[in-house]
Amino acid sequence: MSKDNQILEEFTSKEYEHGWSVNYEADEAPVGLNEEIIRWISAKKEEPEWLLEWRLKAFRTWQTMEEPEWANIHYPKVDFQKLRYYSAPKQTKKPKSLDEVDPELLAIYERLGISLNEQKRLQGIAVDAVLDSVSVATTFKDTLAKLGIIFCSFSEAVKEHPELVKKYLGSVVPMTDNYYAALNSAVFSDGSFCYIPKGVRCPMELSTYFRINAANTGQFERTLIVAEDESYVSYLEGCTAPQRDENQLHAAVVEIYAAAHAEVKYSTVQNWFPGDKEGKGGIYNFVTKRGICAGDHSKISWTQVETGSAVTWKYPSCILKGDNSVGEFYSVAVTNNMQQADTGTKMIHIGKNTKSRIVSKGISAGKSQNSYRGQVQVMKRATNARNFSQCDSLLMGDRCGAHTFPYIDIQNPTAKVEHEATTSKIGEDQIFYCNQRGIDTEDAVALIVNGYAKEVLNQLPMEFAVEAQKLLALTLEGSVG
Amino acid sequence: MLTIKNLHASIEGTPILRGINLEVKAGEVHAIMGPNGSGKSTLASVLAGREEYEVTEGEVIFQGKDLLEMAPEDRAREGVFLAFQYPVEIPGVSSTNFLRTALNQVREYRGQEPLDAVKFLSLMKEKMKLVEIDQKLLSRSLNEGFSGGEKKRNEIFQMAMLEPTLSILDETDSGLDIDALRIVSNGVNQLKSDKNATIVVTHYQRLLDYIVPDYVHVLYKGRIVKSGTKELALELEEKGYDWIKEEVDSAAV
Repeated sequence: MSKDNQILEEFTSKEYEHGWSVNYEADEAPVGLNEEIIRWISAKKEEPEWLLEWRLKAFRTWQTMEEPEWANIHYPKVDFQKLRYYSAPKQTKKPKSLDEVDPELLAIYERLGISLNEQKRLQGIAVDAVLDSVSVATTFKDTLAKLGIIFCSFSEAVKEHPELVKKYLGSVVPMTDNYYAALNSAVFSDGSFCYIPKGVRCPMELSTYFRINAANTGQFERTLIVAEDESYVSYLEGCTAPQRDENQLHAAVVEIYAAAHAEVKYSTVQNWFPGDKEGKGGIYNFVTKRGICAGDHSKISWTQVETGSAVTWKYPSCILKGDNSVGEFYSVAVTNNMQQADTGTKMIHIGKNTKSRIVSKGISAGKSQNSYRGQVQVMKRATNARNFSQCDSLLMGDRCGAHTFPYIDIQNPTAKVEHEATTSKIGEDQIFYCNQRGIDTEDAVALIVNGYAKEVLNQLPMEFAVEAQKLLALTLEGSVG
Repeated sequence: MLTIKNLHASIEGTPILRGINLEVKAGEVHAIMGPNGSGKSTLASVLAGREEYEVTEGEVIFQGKDLLEMAPEDRAREGVFLAFQYPVEIPGVSSTNFLRTALNQVREYRGQEPLDAVKFLSLMKEKMKLVEIDQKLLSRSLNEGFSGGEKKRNEIFQMAMLEPTLSILDETDSGLDIDALRIVSNGVNQLKSDKNATIVVTHYQRLLDYIVPDYVHVLYKGRIVKSGTKELALELEEKGYDWIKEEVDSAAV
């Protein structure tokens, strides 16, 4: 084995840090999936009739659909009848404020380094925390309400703002868009809802933390962000899960609607349990994320740092409908050990002078497989559409794989589409150079990897960027030695 | 400071160094010269701890410690610095960030407090003058898109920042024009003191006009076959290496 490989071997042996679970009393749906379960969930959440009908329609369509097989990922099929579709920490009544939230639940988030109390308050980030299926607490609600901003759990939005939910739910990702989106539409339990009224710049980062805790439970959250004319919001999403031998399913849907001159930044640091070194356990992360730049001059920017999950299937996309609208996708996807990721984006240019930019940085170590899949589509009336795509792959060792699948479809001759791709290896030379200056190998790898991913990390809000940098180093720890 | 005794090293089973003996004292400058393929760069790499080279025999004692037992980063922290012949590029990592990481790890090893950003920057400003390096260059990705001269200057700048006890300059003159050569040599000369030592590995005498050695050693077929003062370098410049090769080869028969 060459030195490079030895180095990688050791550096990949790092264990998952968030692999603990807590025993709390849960309110659970019976295992399995049928119309009864969906009615049970809907009743549990005291939903209006239209939403139940919407769920049932999605479920009936889902039953006729096939699980997609085109992605470059391989895993045993999920038995949807063996999953539990609803698990909520038992609370006698809905908490009115953080003080009423079960301290044990708050302790879970404390342990993750997400303090719903003091810390975030000081940092000025509003947090909505979702445990298993339901939202536990949302901070800063009052401050935001003064500006007319709505930031709450999805269930609460259904109750308090049904007209908004009804108007936008499924407007960007139709309930039958794809297999997992249809499943999510049928069984989603909670999530976050965010509404920024016309002309308002949201003064703080809005943040959602998702955690799966219960065993054999699927997490199906739904996020809906609506930014009215000339508004701005930056939204952060983080996730962890305990370490279990069985695979757990996570199938979320995120919808973003941006009206004229609105801007939405959506950043994700995904750290679901990736499975152990042999590939046992881990989260199946099958997520549909899509935004529509509905109004002219609107902008949606996706930034993701993907380090977790056993299998990732995820393509945050932008529909550039408004003239002069802008879509961006910045991604770092790290796979180690037996992880598989098939991730990328779609940029659909419909309006005139629309612009999109894709920067994808894949890092593969161990025996993992890392694929970029991206689609750039320029429709007939999208005069002067511009796209720039850059897809880089970094390989650590010689047992991992990096793949790039770009699809380009141009129907307007004025379009300008550029695509650049590179593949490189972390070299023994680079590591030795760092060593010779007194930097040990783990720090050398962290330095090199963070340098490689810098363009993407720079897009993240400050405190998230620091977290992401540490996470990158942690994920690859032990893969070089 | 440095004692090399009967050092043998090979790469993938092929012996390159076949018994090097060398004694370097504090305050001295030693030049290692020799024809291509004589083992000059191998010697530099073995001292720095590059792992492709296998040490098959001999020992290296650096300030009373067994250098060959140490990991490359520990050798660096003990004060061994190698100015690379071909410095590598690290995209996305600025020279400043790189050096700060390095310097603070070295300081931690030596039980010193890490330097905060302000102190680090003022130290940088001071050392930048030595090699006439521009701050703009240091905020760019390490060595990426640097000219040959800029890379070498950056090496000497790093040396100035890390203040090594033993500096090994591996063909630092290669790829330098006369002005860059002067600047780099000036830097090296200003860093010289009676507490540190320098080993200059070079093929040409030219560099030794600027960095004047106390001793010159000629390496051939993995051994030091001739040692002398700087006059030996001049003689080599004039006559080439062939006469030494002949001397050695005929003696071996």
